[in-house]
Amino acid sequence: MVSNPAEANIVLSEVEFDVVGKRPIRPDGVDKVTGRAQYGADINLAGLLHGKVLRSPHAHARIKSIDTSKAEAHPGVRAVVTAKDLPFSSLSKDELGSDYMRLKFASNHVLAGDKVLFKGHPLAAVSANNPHVAEEAINLISVEYELLPPVLDVLDAMKDDAPLLHDDLHTASLGETSEKPSNVAAHLIYETGDTEKGFAAADVVVEREFRTAAVHQGYIEPHNGTAFWNVDGQLSVWTSTQGAFAVRSSVSDVLRLPVSKVKVTPMEIGGGFGGKITAYLDAIAALLSKKSGAPVKLVMSRTDVFEASGPAPATWMKVKVGATKDGKFTAVQANLAFEAGAYPGSPVMQGMLCAFGCYDVANGFLEGYDVVVNKPKTAAYRAPGSPQATFAVESVVDEVADQLGIDPIEIRLLNAAKEGTRRIEGPIANRIGLVECLEAARNHPHYKSSMGSGNRGRGVACGYWMNRSFPSSVSMTVNYDGIVSLIMGSVDIGGTRASIAQQAAETLGIAYEEIKPTVVDTDSIGYTFITGGSRTCFATGWAAIEAAEEVKSLMVARAARIWDTPEDNVEYASGVIQHKSDPELRMTFKELSRQLATTGGAITGSSNVEPTGEGNGYAVHLVDVETDLETGKTSIVRFTAIQDAGKAVHPSYVEGQMQGGAVQGIGWALNEEYFFNDKGQMMNSSFLDYRMPTSLDLPMIDTVIVEVANPGHPYGVRGVGEAAIVPPMAAIANAIKGSAGVRMNSLPMTPGKVLDAISGEGK
Amino acid sequence: MPGVTHVQTTINGEEVNFLCEPRQSLLECLRDVVGMTGTKEGCNDGNCGACTIIFDGRIVDSCLVLGVEAQGKDMTTIEGLATPEGLHPLQQSFLEQAALQCGICTPGFIVAAKALLDAEPDVDEARVRHWLAGNLCRCTGYDKIVRAVLDASQKMK
Repeated sequence: MVSNPAEANIVLSEVEFDVVGKRPIRPDGVDKVTGRAQYGADINLAGLLHGKVLRSPHAHARIKSIDTSKAEAHPGVRAVVTAKDLPFSSLSKDELGSDYMRLKFASNHVLAGDKVLFKGHPLAAVSANNPHVAEEAINLISVEYELLPPVLDVLDAMKDDAPLLHDDLHTASLGETSEKPSNVAAHLIYETGDTEKGFAAADVVVEREFRTAAVHQGYIEPHNGTAFWNVDGQLSVWTSTQGAFAVRSSVSDVLRLPVSKVKVTPMEIGGGFGGKITAYLDAIAALLSKKSGAPVKLVMSRTDVFEASGPAPATWMKVKVGATKDGKFTAVQANLAFEAGAYPGSPVMQGMLCAFGCYDVANGFLEGYDVVVNKPKTAAYRAPGSPQATFAVESVVDEVADQLGIDPIEIRLLNAAKEGTRRIEGPIANRIGLVECLEAARNHPHYKSSMGSGNRGRGVACGYWMNRSFPSSVSMTVNYDGIVSLIMGSVDIGGTRASIAQQAAETLGIAYEEIKPTVVDTDSIGYTFITGGSRTCFATGWAAIEAAEEVKSLMVARAARIWDTPEDNVEYASGVIQHKSDPELRMTFKELSRQLATTGGAITGSSNVEPTGEGNGYAVHLVDVETDLETGKTSIVRFTAIQDAGKAVHPSYVEGQMQGGAVQGIGWALNEEYFFNDKGQMMNSSFLDYRMPTSLDLPMIDTVIVEVANPGHPYGVRGVGEAAIVPPMAAIANAIKGSAGVRMNSLPMTPGKVLDAISGEGK
Repeated sequence: MPGVTHVQTTINGEEVNFLCEPRQSLLECLRDVVGMTGTKEGCNDGNCGACTIIFDGRIVDSCLVLGVEAQGKDMTTIEGLATPEGLHPLQQSFLEQAALQCGICTPGFIVAAKALLDAEPDVDEARVRHWLAGNLCRCTGYDKIVRAVLDASQKMK
């Protein structure tokens, strides 16, 4: 009934490991299955106050006045803050110089300045002795607004006569800045070869337009932030975040504090997927704490999470692919316009980089627009930008294959990026595993199986995420019992402690259980970039390997001292320290550990790295769907996710990333969307109306881990968290071509849209 | 505090007394008044299941129950599953099957699954999927959660 997904994995790397590749129980597991683990909202501190945030009901309005006097007088209220309490309000444009716009946007995003730019925009906050009193108080704050017309669509926002969100925002385009202010924050182009010639040489050219709705990461834990601003000027923050150092940077930035005045303790985090990088509440909690003289906790409601954190952008896209009759691409083009939300910074550039990341193309043109609209500022969501662009590209590629009568996997193999392929924006691929993933898909029982009866269709799509590196720090101390305490700055969002401990144990030649990993605060470890970008297992793993290497050399040095022999006469292999010229003299790691206290003290190895060589991530998904032609509802019948992990350090958690990404993609494809009324108010800001997949909506998600070792990592690791969400939308759209006979060009592919397409109204 | 009510209730087999306001949910009472933070808040409107507890034998979203309604009731929360001897089979299976990633939904899933297996020792995939449809998980895609519950049901026989 239930298949074992592990059996089908394809190991192409030659190296055998002792700990890497095994499936041990995660170190933080017991705390998380017993309810002991402390997430951000679980914190309680002596004298803790609770805060609430007043948010704008309007998508676009000028703030004429804010009167907080009644709230301040409300019994139980300890402090009220507004944008006036942020340092930005008392800094002049001249003082800030070139930093002015950046700090303005950052500060106004935390607490609105002269305008509110989206429904949910924070305006003021209150601290009180309990959350209900705080809520009563925010309802006593009166705000006078001058309503402005909301800008709610990316193409409308780009029009010359569109109302402006920011009268001082100018378009940055290819090194120039526009004279007129605009909602277009950036205009980007990448180009290679000669696309005009390429399209002219094509036997088939398919060009289509696409739309995708804004979607949310949907982490189950709402944002939270607790702060205590001590009278000595030291600020402590406890929060659920993908990066304690990222919170430290943004809090110290908007509060104009030196970073070392801010200590951020990352609590356990209940999901992020890119959405828990921005610090929404922490600076507000800090301001409230300063005024209240006590620690203050803020927790978002689910509605706040939807309306005022960062969804993935809605998009407009146009994609064009030309191919010879044999299926070889002659030229490709993608024009992308992404909604940034209220402030610039959509992932349109990543969308451009990923659009044709799966293909070897000689002639390509990519154009992107980053456009502000009166919606919450978008944030990263798993492979930011790639899922949207790939939905468009992989739909067009499928249509090209259709028109030419070529198998959809064959056309992808024919054009697949491989080692040496130069991408449109320049970089040349190292050893990558797309071809191996496509071959695994072609050979998979799923692809060879009959679809069964009913209105069913099968779809395939591939997806690319470049994967990232960035700095990581790890420190490891050998205890006298031989157990190694490993501390790191990377928060554990889904098995990080396990996968880092495995790499450390592998390097030291000791057991997994002999590494005790802990995630620590920003005062206790060197700068570490966020857990995100599919970087952690790669880069923090690398730091753990390097720190372990230092431990090894210090252990060798200590043994040499004990044996009174030169260090080069001692070797370390598989957790044993051996005297080279006297075979009698040997100590296990544990035996030497016991002697550390009396032979010079503890041993600590530490490492700060920013490795290059993060290998690109590729995924291929196969899906069978069934569409009810009367209701338009599409169901997932079978799903197989195939992905190159380089080396799966903990295969269960790699499978988990693949399955979780696939299911988020299924939600994105079929159900999920931000639904706004014409005033720019989100109308479905609950889990009831923003419908994420439940266990009942899904089959098992079969996985195949392909292991094409990444030459840029000692154990061949490449990140896996993000490529997994890239293919599903196109794979499902391509399957709906089979199940309902229509090509869908808009996400989500709701029953209504599918019915419209069937009846011809959606065209 | 105006209108505070004394509530006497049983949580995980122990008599517990607390004071609460009529407007406080049972979830808030458990977490902020009694200090049992194992039960999680994901939405506070009954749509995610992170706050699932067993309430007089039925699973409920504790965010939809008022604290005062706990008077004289018998509750099981995630804190009540493990014993000094070790983990509940469901907790063990969740660990072995890697059925959690971030872990925030895990207490709710385990409590909901316990209620299922207590009532129906023989379950199949379809029954587990149906039963757990009131609990949202965003990390796993449910595959490994369903496997863990099936695995625990075998162990508990």
